[in-house]
Amino acid sequence: MIQIVDLTRSFNGQTVLDGINLEVPTGKITVIIGKSGAGKSVLLKHVIGLLKPDRGRIIIDGFDITRASRRQLQDFRVRLGVLFQGGALFDSLTVLENVAFPLREKTSLPEDEIMQRARERLAQVNLTSEVEDKYPDELSGGMKKRVALARALIQEPEMVFFDEPVTGLDPPMTNTVFHLIGKTHQESGYTGLIVSHDIPGVFQVADYVAMLHQGRIIASGTPAEIQHHPDPVVQSFIKGEVNFLEA
Amino acid sequence: MQNFLCHLGRPVLNSVQQAGSMTLFLLEALGQAFFPPFRFRRLLREMEFIGVKSSLIILLTATFTGMVLALQGYYTLKKFGSEGALGSAVALSLIRELGPVLTALMVSGRAGSAITAEIGIMRITEQLDAMDTMAVNPLQYVVTPKLLAGLICVPLLTAIFDVVGIFGGYLVGVVLLGVSSGSYFNGMVQSVQTLDINGGIVKSLVFGLTIMLVACYKGYFTARGAEGVSRATTETVVLSAVLVLTWDYIITSFFM
Repeated sequence: MIQIVDLTRSFNGQTVLDGINLEVPTGKITVIIGKSGAGKSVLLKHVIGLLKPDRGRIIIDGFDITRASRRQLQDFRVRLGVLFQGGALFDSLTVLENVAFPLREKTSLPEDEIMQRARERLAQVNLTSEVEDKYPDELSGGMKKRVALARALIQEPEMVFFDEPVTGLDPPMTNTVFHLIGKTHQESGYTGLIVSHDIPGVFQVADYVAMLHQGRIIASGTPAEIQHHPDPVVQSFIKGEVNFLEA
Repeated sequence: MQNFLCHLGRPVLNSVQQAGSMTLFLLEALGQAFFPPFRFRRLLREMEFIGVKSSLIILLTATFTGMVLALQGYYTLKKFGSEGALGSAVALSLIRELGPVLTALMVSGRAGSAITAEIGIMRITEQLDAMDTMAVNPLQYVVTPKLLAGLICVPLLTAIFDVVGIFGGYLVGVVLLGVSSGSYFNGMVQSVQTLDINGGIVKSLVFGLTIMLVACYKGYFTARGAEGVSRATTETVVLSAVLVLTWDYIITSFFM
């Protein structure tokens, strides 16, 4: 269980997160929706310990990561996988080396086994051996996301965090990525936290949805509850109405 | 008046803060060299990039520096009838000053700027954050090997610069202008002391560390996309040059 308690963070006097309270249940996929610039990625970076809040706590299985030392954070991060918005693949490594990177760095497995596991993960995200030796700049946006997903899953993490996993992808590739997230979640049973503004795509995979608006969680519940939420701001966002952006 | 003082004080405070931040960054990155995993392969790769790939530009710069030193030195010394001292003039100038300084400036322009751009792009594309989330310390993986490679390669490149520069001077002084080969090398042997060589080595070590520290620091704390990378790269070259020349004066004053 991930508990976010009264999380507050400002940048240059502007409050981006204003007392966020949220619970992310174990083994389920929770999606945080909200317009661009609402602070979704900032919230995610706090949860994975890349940013420190001004106030509040993030408790993961009883461990408060906002008060953790660098060493404690490193130990904790072995349990998680992250898919970054742009993929964050290492330019100087091939696809296979990128996927194998966490195992090479954090385990003492023999090289053959590392390569075999990396190939299995690539197959799991529907990538063939033809892309193994390519470099990230030779891949399409969708392929990069899938390689990044394979890398995020290589250590069989308990928790996987997705930062805008389908931004910049065309509709078929968006569906493919959401399908892969759903499929890998079913196979591995990880706790997933996705931040995305892709409506209705996120409803394909979400067990729970929370909406972030003006630094606060204004609605949370199952996808069905969110789709029928009485708050006009939530409805405007889900329906993609222009007046939502103006607001 | 108060506004004027504020205007004056802010850049000073920023500079002091940046100096402190760079020192902490250096200590943390160098400290990582003593903790496993020891990244020898990455160190070798960085030594190839900083050392081997800079050698051509060092050879060219050293040859022409030695040649022009000999040319200028010959006509100046000739006025006093001291052409025989050409070898010592060329060698002392190169070993004490020009070798370490020009090598550092060349490495800064070629490798330092490239390192800032590389790390800066890793920062803005979240590759450093990705490493962090995989429980891999980006300082240890990216920065420490570059600092060590700079510390090893810049003194070696300086030694190459000195030797090649001396032979560049030989080409002009002895082969073109007719100074005797014996007096060129004999003057050198007589005048160059161990202290001169030690001074050159100390300078090149300090310069190597300074260049790599500035390059890595500017890249590591890059912000604001492509424009930020461009600004960081320019700042690396300018700040490295200023610091190299400042350190040069300080170290020279200690060895005089």
